[in-house]
Amino acid sequence: HQSSTGREERRFAEVPRESIKLMAESTGVELSEEVAALLAEDVCYRLREATQNSSQFMRHAKRRKLSVEDFNRALRWSNTETVCGYGAQDALPFRPLKEGELFFVEDREINLVELALATNIPKGCAETMVRVHVSYLDGKGNLEPQGTVPTAVQSLSEDLLKYYQQITRAILGEDPHLMKVKSVSHDLDQLNRLLHMVKSLVQNPYLYLGSYVRSLVSSVMYCILEPLAASINPLNDHWTLRDYAALLLSHIFWTHGDLVSGLYHQILLSLQKVLSDPVRPLCSHYGAVVGLHALGWKAVERVLYPHLPAYWANLQAVLDDYSVSNAQVKADGHKVYGAILVAVERLLKMKALSLTLAAEGSSAGLPGTTTGAVGFRENSPGLSPPPEPLSEPPLGIASHLQAGGAGCQWEEWTPVSLPAMYCELYSFFGDSLAVRFSTDPPLGGAPPPGPCQPLEGRKEPASSAPNLENTRKMPQLTASMNISPRQDGSPRMEPQPPSLAATVPGRSLSRSSSSSSVSRSRSSSSRPGRSTSQSRDIFPKSRFPLPQAGPPAFSFIIGGRQMGRRCLGRRFQTSFTPTPPLTTLPPRAYAHKLPVIGRVSKPVRRWTCSHYSLHLPL
Amino acid sequence: MAAVQDGQMELDAEKETKPEILSDGTSNLSGNTASGTLSSSPLTAAPAGGAPKMEDQQTLIAVLQFLKRNKLTDSVEILRREAGLGEDQEDSQATDGSGGGKGDVDGGDANSLLSRVSITSAAAPQSMCDSPLMFMLSAAGADDQPDVSVVLSAYSQQGDPSLYQVYYSGLKNFIESVLDCHRAELSQLFYPLFVHMYLELVYNNHENEAKAFFEKFSGDQECYYQDDLRVLCGLTKKEHLKGNEVLLDFRTSRFVLRISRDSYQLLKRHLQERHNNQIWNIIQEHLYIDIFDGMPRSKSQIDSMSGSLAGEGKREVNKAKVFHGLLKEPEIEVPLDDEDDEAENEEGKPKKKKTKKDSLGSKSKKQDPNAPQQNRIPLPELKDSDKLDKIMYMKESTKRIRLGPENLPSICFYTFLNAYQGLTAVDFTDDSSLLAGGFADSTVRVWSVTPKKLRKVKSAADLNMIDKESDDVLERIMDEKTASESKILYGHSGPVYGVSFSPDRNYLLSSSEDGTVRLWSLLTFTCLVGYKGHNYPVWDTQFSPFGYYFVSGGHDRVARLWATDHYQPLRIFAGHLADVTCTRFHPNSNYVATGSTDRTIRLWDVLNGNCVRIFTGHKGPIHSLAFSPNGKFLASGSTDGRVLLWDIGHGLMIGELKGHTDTIYSLKFSRDGEILASGSMDNTVRLWNSMKAFDEVETDDFTATTGHIHLPDNSQELLLGTYHSKSTPVTHLHFTRRNLLLAAGAYNSQ
Repeated sequence: HQSSTGREERRFAEVPRESIKLMAESTGVELSEEVAALLAEDVCYRLREATQNSSQFMRHAKRRKLSVEDFNRALRWSNTETVCGYGAQDALPFRPLKEGELFFVEDREINLVELALATNIPKGCAETMVRVHVSYLDGKGNLEPQGTVPTAVQSLSEDLLKYYQQITRAILGEDPHLMKVKSVSHDLDQLNRLLHMVKSLVQNPYLYLGSYVRSLVSSVMYCILEPLAASINPLNDHWTLRDYAALLLSHIFWTHGDLVSGLYHQILLSLQKVLSDPVRPLCSHYGAVVGLHALGWKAVERVLYPHLPAYWANLQAVLDDYSVSNAQVKADGHKVYGAILVAVERLLKMKALSLTLAAEGSSAGLPGTTTGAVGFRENSPGLSPPPEPLSEPPLGIASHLQAGGAGCQWEEWTPVSLPAMYCELYSFFGDSLAVRFSTDPPLGGAPPPGPCQPLEGRKEPASSAPNLENTRKMPQLTASMNISPRQDGSPRMEPQPPSLAATVPGRSLSRSSSSSSVSRSRSSSSRPGRSTSQSRDIFPKSRFPLPQAGPPAFSFIIGGRQMGRRCLGRRFQTSFTPTPPLTTLPPRAYAHKLPVIGRVSKPVRRWTCSHYSLHLPL
Repeated sequence: MAAVQDGQMELDAEKETKPEILSDGTSNLSGNTASGTLSSSPLTAAPAGGAPKMEDQQTLIAVLQFLKRNKLTDSVEILRREAGLGEDQEDSQATDGSGGGKGDVDGGDANSLLSRVSITSAAAPQSMCDSPLMFMLSAAGADDQPDVSVVLSAYSQQGDPSLYQVYYSGLKNFIESVLDCHRAELSQLFYPLFVHMYLELVYNNHENEAKAFFEKFSGDQECYYQDDLRVLCGLTKKEHLKGNEVLLDFRTSRFVLRISRDSYQLLKRHLQERHNNQIWNIIQEHLYIDIFDGMPRSKSQIDSMSGSLAGEGKREVNKAKVFHGLLKEPEIEVPLDDEDDEAENEEGKPKKKKTKKDSLGSKSKKQDPNAPQQNRIPLPELKDSDKLDKIMYMKESTKRIRLGPENLPSICFYTFLNAYQGLTAVDFTDDSSLLAGGFADSTVRVWSVTPKKLRKVKSAADLNMIDKESDDVLERIMDEKTASESKILYGHSGPVYGVSFSPDRNYLLSSSEDGTVRLWSLLTFTCLVGYKGHNYPVWDTQFSPFGYYFVSGGHDRVARLWATDHYQPLRIFAGHLADVTCTRFHPNSNYVATGSTDRTIRLWDVLNGNCVRIFTGHKGPIHSLAFSPNGKFLASGSTDGRVLLWDIGHGLMIGELKGHTDTIYSLKFSRDGEILASGSMDNTVRLWNSMKAFDEVETDDFTATTGHIHLPDNSQELLLGTYHSKSTPVTHLHFTRRNLLLAAGAYNSQ
């Protein structure tokens, strides 16, 4: 009873009478208002008293942190029962929940079976020992004078120096030795804090970072790529750190693209190097993938995609190893797999999207495209590639659109066309890739009578109300349209239409059933050449677009996945993995071997034989 | 436990012919409180001295009633008898009547060393402070004995609760309107008045008025009272008053203010004009205004001295004569010269040193005028091994580096690694050969920091086998098989908060949360004795510089003086209003200094148990103390990050060293006293020019009578260096005999 309130007490919070009543009820006692109020007050006081008493135990133990043990001692000495169950030596991490002002103590579930069967029995803690070293000879440090600021900082003005000290202290605590990122690689919390600092630096509109951005970028890259010491312990969530760092990287490129222009290529190279280095641990690879992902789909296309075949062999070797000793590595491998999947998927989507936009841009004229571009940026900043500082002609979405040329530019530097790319990727990922697209909640409000309807509904606002085409939603519409085709539209069938702009809508059609011809014609204003109706028979999955209309925010879902909620995406994915039985299967050599991440392959098989309609309730 | 002790006590008492058998009563009382809660103040915290007669009588009656109620008939009888005797022996009456906490608690044994004490204590001057008496009453009150509380009736009077704010703000307005020179002095009234008025409101169940009162005026109080105010603000019910120690202190001890006569007259006139009886009553009942003639003090003067739980120490408290000089070094017939010659000849030096040594020796033969009589406190005789050690010491000290501002010591840091258990205390032997650490997991670990490994003595059977006549018998008794770099001592059942080596390196003391002090043999690495008596966590313990005696202080607010061969304390130093957090022996072993959570430092006379000095000025609990090697000065460090320097002879604060940003857990003077090293939680060691700090004061022409000091703010000049450790709080500091500074602490990976 006290344990739960004990936490609150440290903040000198009042225990509300509601809590008291709840607690009383939980033990089967009914309390009246007044009693609860009185009791609440007394509980507050007693807790406060116990806390104050416990602080002396902390002081005498020469610690700065009040431990549960201290509190229990105080309780014991005041003849109160102690609170058990919180005695762990390491501090309980206090996590904030961003949504809602909620703070909670992280309470990991421990799998006892796993623990019991674990082969890596901890060796026990190292022996306490004493080591001596001469710290200061004749009162002069034999080391560099500690506690002084690095030389780079010494030239600052008084105020700035103070600012610097405040910041370093706030972030690094009291220890002046943690000035470099590298020295804190054992401490994820520190790194996280550092990253947050970098973020706030980057976001500070009053700060001109100038050339410092480069060093910031290098620190962030460190966090993304380095096989941190903390990664050894699987309990440490270094993945989130890497994700966050990657996000930050993209953020830097977005906001300070001008300052880091020269770095883009360099970073791509280093990411590529890491990716192609099989000696590096998987967590580094993971970092490289999310880093590429963060740098935009172009980066993925240029670096990750060409390396995928080579890398795949390694990854697969890891994933195929079912031995117990490999379990940890395998889990890491799955992480990498998931990251690649997300990256590749977005690559496809964005590529398709850029195609459509290009097509639209050419057809619908300038006003539509510009708004579309703006809307695009605003809705999915994380998705769109950063303003490219590449040596090639600028290839950002906006520039791409403005150029107006229907998708000719990217062909110059991407040797692989979208369908071919999809084809190859599908050979790696198999269904797990394809299904991805089907899970994107379709747009549009009209309750669709048939599986084809959602598509129709989606198109409607754009086409029926031409002025709507210029609204911000437009890019999303097109995007989702493009996505849905790709999901089912396995490019292998397509006889590779000459103009890519034509292929896209064509595939989008393939998804729709026969009745969709109306909608097609309606929306045809922007889409000239969609036709191939054969594809729809081949991809029966097209029925899957879910009837329930999600919020028009598919980009967030992807973003969410990217941010580390891949599990969410995965869940979708497992429930939706039907293999298209009729398709002439592409070389799925790898895909067979690959276990589908998430709920493994069992549901897949079940779904293949069952009717899809069963699945619709979802 | 109490029963057992009683039985033994009575046995002892029968052996005894002394009339003071009061220790019996004491142990009863302490046994009783031990079963109580943490909050009930231990009754052993008996007054160290006399008080006005009237109060005394009342106290006695109250105590008798209390004892009766608790069916402690033996004690009642004894107390009666003692009180009766009191008429005849006036001086000892105060002591005995108030619970026998004074020097006579010899553990009853025929104490060969301290046998004279009971006689001298009768003649000893009355103790200075009557607050402990009140304090003790409060202890009784805490148990809520109705008849006792009649005697107490601290806040029984009733004013109109709604007018309290008016009273207070009226006084505030008045004080703000007086001349500047008086304002600072009268402002001292704010805090105690505020607290007492608030408590009065709470005591009389005016919860809302109390809250409003607190809201309105708590912001006005000095920042260094924040900790207490935080305790206060949580307290809104009369029932809460019962158990709160801090508050009890307030209710029952008198807050001491020093105010010049002029200011006082001003105040008095004002209050009488306004007929402000409420405030006047509080001043009369709960405050002790120490009026002095002369210039009113300035704000900074006042601030430097205030901050303790119960105001400043009264001036007369610090007037007792303190023999702070060093004892004469025993004359040792030194074969040392020969050895030394050899050593020096080897180095090819002329024999000049010899004469130098003589002069050194003769210096110590001169009697320091401030030194106590050589046998004022009976000290153990030197054994042969001690003499050898003295010789070693003298040899080492000739090689000592003379430190100064230009010549700072080297620092070696002993880092405890993998101290998951939490390092809580560290001690070095004087010769820096052994290192002991106390840990929160109840263990004590001893390391040898020299190549010489730690060895146990052989078992009894094996010992029988060896030839006792051989020259190297001391070597032969050791068991080579047990040689190791470190040994772990198990025995405590709570974190070990204090460790201390005996000067001869044969014993180790450790004090723990389990309420005991344990004596360990470093020959067998086993526990020899567990000294029980504190019943509450024992925060610190230290051996006397001559061995045999040791002092301990704990949560029960008393410090106790023990002898290693007595299971009962020889003295109980009672008077602190809160936990005794650290204890240190004066270099001449005649005095003990204690630092406390009540933010005061007290100096106690080992001979008679009197409190001879009260130093106020710290704004936080005191966690470290150090005497200068010449015994004249005391340095104290506290949670407020300041080091204060005190002149023991004059009883004055003489320096304030600011620089640390966190609690100072260790202080040490260099062997010659030129440098003061302080180690803190802020992971730094700082060196201070103590010589300069002392010199500057000595040239000052301060008059000890007023006791007013004006401290120059010269911390920066005195700071000789700041040395950072690597995430390692400095738990202990030690100067080797050659003036190398050793620091110790546990690496803190966070």
